[in-house]
Amino acid sequence: MTGAGTHDGSLERLKSEGRIVVVGASLAGLRAAETMRDKGFTGSLTMIGDEPYEPYDRPPLSKQVLLGNAVADHTALPRRRAIDADWRLGVPATGLDMAARRVRLGNGDEVEYDRLLIATGVRARPWPNPEEGALKGVFVLRTRDDGEGLQRALAAGPRRVLVIGAGFTGSEIASACRERGLDVTVAERGDAPLVGALGGVIGAVAAEMHRENGVDLRTGVMVTSLEGDPSGRVRAAHLSDGSTVEAEVVVVSLGAQRNTEWLAGSGLGAGPRGIACDAGCRAFDVRGIVTDDIYVAGDVARSPHALFGYQFLSLEHWGNAVAQADTAAHNMLSNSADRRPHLWVPAFWSSQFGVNIKSVGVPPMGTEILITQGSLAERRFAAVYGYQGRLIAAVTFDNCRWLPFYEQQIESTAPFPPPFSTVDRRAEGAKPLPADFPDPSVPTHGPTITLSGYSPADRKMTFTPGR
Amino acid sequence: MSQALLREIIDYANRANPYPLYEELRKTPVSHDGDGPYVVSTYYEIHSLLHDPRISSDAKNLKATGDDLLGDQSDEEGTTLPPSFLKLDPPDHDRLRRMTNRPFGPPHAPHRVHDMREELGGLVSGLIDGIRETGQLDRIDLVDQFAYPFPVTVICRLLGIPREDEPRFHVWAETLAASLDPDPDADPTQRGQGSMDARMELGMYLAGLIEERRKNPGDDMLSQLATADGPDGAMTTMEALSTSALLLIAGHETTVNLITNGMLTLLRFPEVLERLRHDPDLAVPIVEELLRYEPPVQLLPQRTTLSDVEVAGVTIPKGASVWLMLASGNRDPKRFEDPDRFDPDRKDIQHLGLGSGIHSCFGAPLARQEAQLALSELARRLENPRLLEDPPQYRQNSVLRGPRHLQIACDGIRP
Ligand SMILES: Cc1cc2nc3c(=O)[nH]c(=O)nc-3n(C[C@H](O)[C@H](O)[C@H](O)COP(=O)(O)OP(=O)(O)OC[C@H]3O[C@@H](n4cnc5c(N)ncnc54)[C@H](O)[C@@H]3O)c2cc1C
Repeated sequence: MTGAGTHDGSLERLKSEGRIVVVGASLAGLRAAETMRDKGFTGSLTMIGDEPYEPYDRPPLSKQVLLGNAVADHTALPRRRAIDADWRLGVPATGLDMAARRVRLGNGDEVEYDRLLIATGVRARPWPNPEEGALKGVFVLRTRDDGEGLQRALAAGPRRVLVIGAGFTGSEIASACRERGLDVTVAERGDAPLVGALGGVIGAVAAEMHRENGVDLRTGVMVTSLEGDPSGRVRAAHLSDGSTVEAEVVVVSLGAQRNTEWLAGSGLGAGPRGIACDAGCRAFDVRGIVTDDIYVAGDVARSPHALFGYQFLSLEHWGNAVAQADTAAHNMLSNSADRRPHLWVPAFWSSQFGVNIKSVGVPPMGTEILITQGSLAERRFAAVYGYQGRLIAAVTFDNCRWLPFYEQQIESTAPFPPPFSTVDRRAEGAKPLPADFPDPSVPTHGPTITLSGYSPADRKMTFTPGR
Repeated sequence: MSQALLREIIDYANRANPYPLYEELRKTPVSHDGDGPYVVSTYYEIHSLLHDPRISSDAKNLKATGDDLLGDQSDEEGTTLPPSFLKLDPPDHDRLRRMTNRPFGPPHAPHRVHDMREELGGLVSGLIDGIRETGQLDRIDLVDQFAYPFPVTVICRLLGIPREDEPRFHVWAETLAASLDPDPDADPTQRGQGSMDARMELGMYLAGLIEERRKNPGDDMLSQLATADGPDGAMTTMEALSTSALLLIAGHETTVNLITNGMLTLLRFPEVLERLRHDPDLAVPIVEELLRYEPPVQLLPQRTTLSDVEVAGVTIPKGASVWLMLASGNRDPKRFEDPDRFDPDRKDIQHLGLGSGIHSCFGAPLARQEAQLALSELARRLENPRLLEDPPQYRQNSVLRGPRHLQIACDGIRP
């Protein structure tokens, strides 16, 4: 089979009898497979996933599941259509031979492909000290098994829960604990919850939310070590300010790591920041040359976005996984002229302490923020982020009905500060404030959006052509 | 567009079929001339303005436009009753709507509307039985004998208003509904005075009831509005009054038209009526299509711009009056395929019949349920129903558009 883009009938052959392999059998993988079948792909489809389960949904794991309102094994993703695939579940992909177009599996099998889609997502960053991380009662939250285990631990009524890291997931966990009436301490290295994702102005609101709901929030501190009892159960955590927190359950919520190690040495442009691809989801190789048969989608991808200065964006967003999978699947089965770019405007939601939080655009790119509607004190507001005179993102707390308007403003590269007046503009929305994001070179708990393009401030490179 | 076209739309002579005029109007998505309002007639433009925070529903933001050809819309100015949340912006709108929603819908009262189903069914059967008992099946006025009394009784039960008082508030409701109508020929001062008086009297009437409910609360909404004390605190007496006045009036003036327009349409499409007779579940898609095809609220003439807003290449200046022509948007061929066809099998039906955005119809779940029940029961029970007059006689109102009478005959009424 030759590459698409030619009119020698190869595309038709690919569609009717080609071999497509999807590595990562979760949200992006499933949606891509469905799209491929929708587009008339009748060849063989192999879905490789290291988890033993059929694709399931993750957002409920830190919300309904922790509250006991949903059971972890009932979060299977609804199927849009039958995909008639050869499922290889519970087996990781361990290697890729780009020249031979072959994926190696953990059980020694090899699977050949004409087109490969990589959707291996991210995993929870583990506690840095493996021994401490292995203590009973220490959890991370990424998978169905994690969710199930943590929910059981919470249901047992621990005297105190310690959440390390106050990003979205950590905050949602703290919220669920409070709703269950459990005492909870949150330790966050930054100055406030959510600062990495939404900046200091909104972070201050989040901090108030935690405290008013009875969370023992400690900011500006790090957990330095976890301590177990003789039976191997966690009993306490030691903090950088010298204090100790006694807790029976510890949730490590320090953000995510991209699942790319299995591609090491393959020659694909994959590394700790994800797999670089072009706007059409085609993966780059290590030389920066685009491949024509390997595609990427979902949390593991980093791709350039026209609206945000062609910076490479890595997004840990449900909606992005769905949209990018759709584009990748379309492009995998199209001639070059019919391919389309993935131009999704980043959008994210969360719910914690009874407040519905949504954002569009790329808040961490913003340098200024303006409260356009409502008030921070009431925790019901819309705010927009500005970058070099442009409106670059928006966030709402309990006010999401206006978000489509702001999305349109972002899409039309509207000016910042916005020159218009809106309903519910308060005095505090009179002028922009510094958005107050932490220095991006200091790692945070995981901002859910990472700008991962080359930055001129990056001085780690040496240019050595021709060697 | 010329002001003449707008006048024609408002003109009672065109009430029975304004749709060709809307088609003409859509040639200019945003039209304006002279002192008149900016009239927005195409789907996407209306939809985007309904979600645009630069658009206000508060008449106080309207720049005094001098000698407005169409008369002053701010009928509530100067009355003692403050405007209802329909005519307020956030945060007051949001707060009052939220508080009103607590006893009415999810999350705090998720079953309220659903639980009324049986009671609604009983009311519908009773009214149809009543028609049968008159023995006069060769001339039934479906409005007076069914489509009006049904929603009025429902809203009275819901709010806890004595049904016997209907003749009293009927007069006020009529006057207030009429005040929504941008009738260019009515004397604005006189009309303003009339609606002010009606609001005042309705307010005093409701104040008496609310006072009583504060002492003896029941499980009706009036009691709950009068005594509620949620996270937003309690409503002031004035707020409770204008909110209950809004619910009372909007709770029936629109549903009457939905049911009547619905029956009129079904009688014009007997094959759909016949399908509904055999399959009451079809009422759900039929009502959705009706909300698109013959919406009871045709236009929203109360919006104002807080800034210059560009729409479809036209800049609507700050302080301008904006009319959103919902019924026209619902028939926009850029949005709906074959829009002038009544097609209950239509899959893609995001209509504007109940508005959209923060002011979208508060009573929508109740209105839908009432209309579904009413239409499926009429279809099931009336034997060989037919129109005696087509088009029927319409109400004056161009905003709340619907027949004043719907004269039909049938051969019998099934048990
Ligand atoms: C607790 C939680 C709450 C969330 N809440 C929200 C929310 O409120 N809103 C929102 O927008 N997003 C939320 N997200 C993020 C959202 O779930 C992700 O963006 C989405 O799951 C990404 O889908 P994906 O298919 O790219 O990756 P994943 O869902 O991570 O799937 C990747 C799959 O590939 C598998 N895999 C990895 N390596 C290999 C290998 N070598 N071989 C085979 N298989 C492999 C993984 O085990 C996994 O099953 C949440 C995530 C979590 C964990």
